[in-house]
Amino acid sequence: MVETATAQAPAKTASGGNILQVRNLEAWYGESHILHGINFDVNAGEVVTLLGRNGAGKTTTLKSIMGIIGKRTGSVKFNNQDIIRTTSDKIARMGIAFCPEERGIFSSLDVRENLMLPPVVRPGGLPLEQIFDLFPNLKERLNSQGTKLSGGEQQMLAIARILRTGANFLMLDEPTEGLAPVIIQQIGHTIARLKKEGFTILLVEQNFRFASTVADRYYVVEHGKIIDGFSNAELAANMDKLHTYLGV
Amino acid sequence: MQALYAQLLVGLINGSFYALLSLGLAVIFGMLNIINFAHGAVYMMGAFAAYFLLNLGGINYWWALLLAPIIVGIFGMILERTMLQWLTGLDHLYGLLLTFGIALIVQGVFQNYFGSSGLPYAIPDQLKGGMNLGFMFLPVYRGWVVIFSLVVCIATWFLIEKTRLGAYLRAATENPTLVRAFGVNVPRMITLTYGLGVGLAALAGVLSAPINQVRPLMGADLIIVVFAVVVIGGMGSIMGSIITGFALGVIEGMTKYFYPEASNTVVFVLMVLVLLVKPTGLTGRAA
Repeated sequence: MVETATAQAPAKTASGGNILQVRNLEAWYGESHILHGINFDVNAGEVVTLLGRNGAGKTTTLKSIMGIIGKRTGSVKFNNQDIIRTTSDKIARMGIAFCPEERGIFSSLDVRENLMLPPVVRPGGLPLEQIFDLFPNLKERLNSQGTKLSGGEQQMLAIARILRTGANFLMLDEPTEGLAPVIIQQIGHTIARLKKEGFTILLVEQNFRFASTVADRYYVVEHGKIIDGFSNAELAANMDKLHTYLGV
Repeated sequence: MQALYAQLLVGLINGSFYALLSLGLAVIFGMLNIINFAHGAVYMMGAFAAYFLLNLGGINYWWALLLAPIIVGIFGMILERTMLQWLTGLDHLYGLLLTFGIALIVQGVFQNYFGSSGLPYAIPDQLKGGMNLGFMFLPVYRGWVVIFSLVVCIATWFLIEKTRLGAYLRAATENPTLVRAFGVNVPRMITLTYGLGVGLAALAGVLSAPINQVRPLMGADLIIVVFAVVVIGGMGSIMGSIITGFALGVIEGMTKYFYPEASNTVVFVLMVLVLLVKPTGLTGRAA
């Protein structure tokens, strides 16, 4: 049952060109208006981090891009194609993969089934050997029930399963939340390695110390808007502002 | 002793129908979160489909085993697309009312044209007669029903628990939004699942036609017991609904032998006991 995907890294799209363009994105949960006009870009091969306090709208931004928020307006262009009206299964098949904050490990599936669940959407996904190389723990626990894994292992599984699919644009929602420092470090290494392999990553983080080890650029989200943005090189100069934004 | 074995066989046959029907109900409940009260009506439609295939099309029992579930399954998928899908996210009560209404309409239409009496459906030639097993006489057709139902139940269990398609199904039962965000067309899967559950009921209808005749209310009578079976077994589990189906059929048959007065109520007494001790059913998980 081992899938033999080709061992190539996903090709960089348009040599560092713009891969995701979000313009005036608004979104609603039922009656509550969460996003009030989000604007930002992600370039191919970058790691971009959305920072912001709880409830600022970071997760909603990811979910809106993924197409799993019922009501959304504005424009989200992925590889120059507007996906604001596209259903989430079609968005996934265009090459966007989502790792949710709650991890979404299925308890009625064992680890192997969880890992193999997301269908391959295009060629170029990581082969299983490479995934087990990144996350050796998973290999030993393939027959365990998905939710019997530790929190860290569940997070690894949640990331691992979207690397198989060939999607080259990954959205990771707070991958370090609630994990031990040594595991956070491992996830940091993984993200750095994925970047080297050519993946583009949109990260949501509260932990900007962690984010600063992997991110190229930052956007700050507050009350459903992007209120600031800067590169990793500008991080030191923006530290005071950042403390105020995040209230830390 | 002869009578005991005979009742045991009757119990196994009823158990086959309970298992096929409650299996379909469990699959539908898992994916659609709907308690399908139309299940008895589609069971009846399966038997009628076999009857029409034979009498209008000259298509025999063996083809009916294949075609009737497909025809009725397509009917079910149309119901799901046109009506049931709009109930997603609403209270169980709406699904119950809608499917119950559908059942009444379907049964009413058939009753209007065919009355309440049974139409005959002959046992196919290959399955006529019986075998003397030494301790009892086994009508071949009845043995066939038990074995074939068991095979279909196990195959369905295998499909859901052991295959990739089944993994999609189980995952989508837990978190349809995320499975869809992985690129799986979940709405289409839901439609096919409803078709599968309804098809299993129709298959039970075809199997039952030569034994119980073909009657518009054949499903209405049976479905009450099947719901008790489902409550006892628990809604969540595939294997649980199969085992409970067969076991309760046998218990009912045994009661007919040892204490016939209670044979119509034993399932409901058990249901009350199970509800008192374990409200989620013997194998079920909390809703």
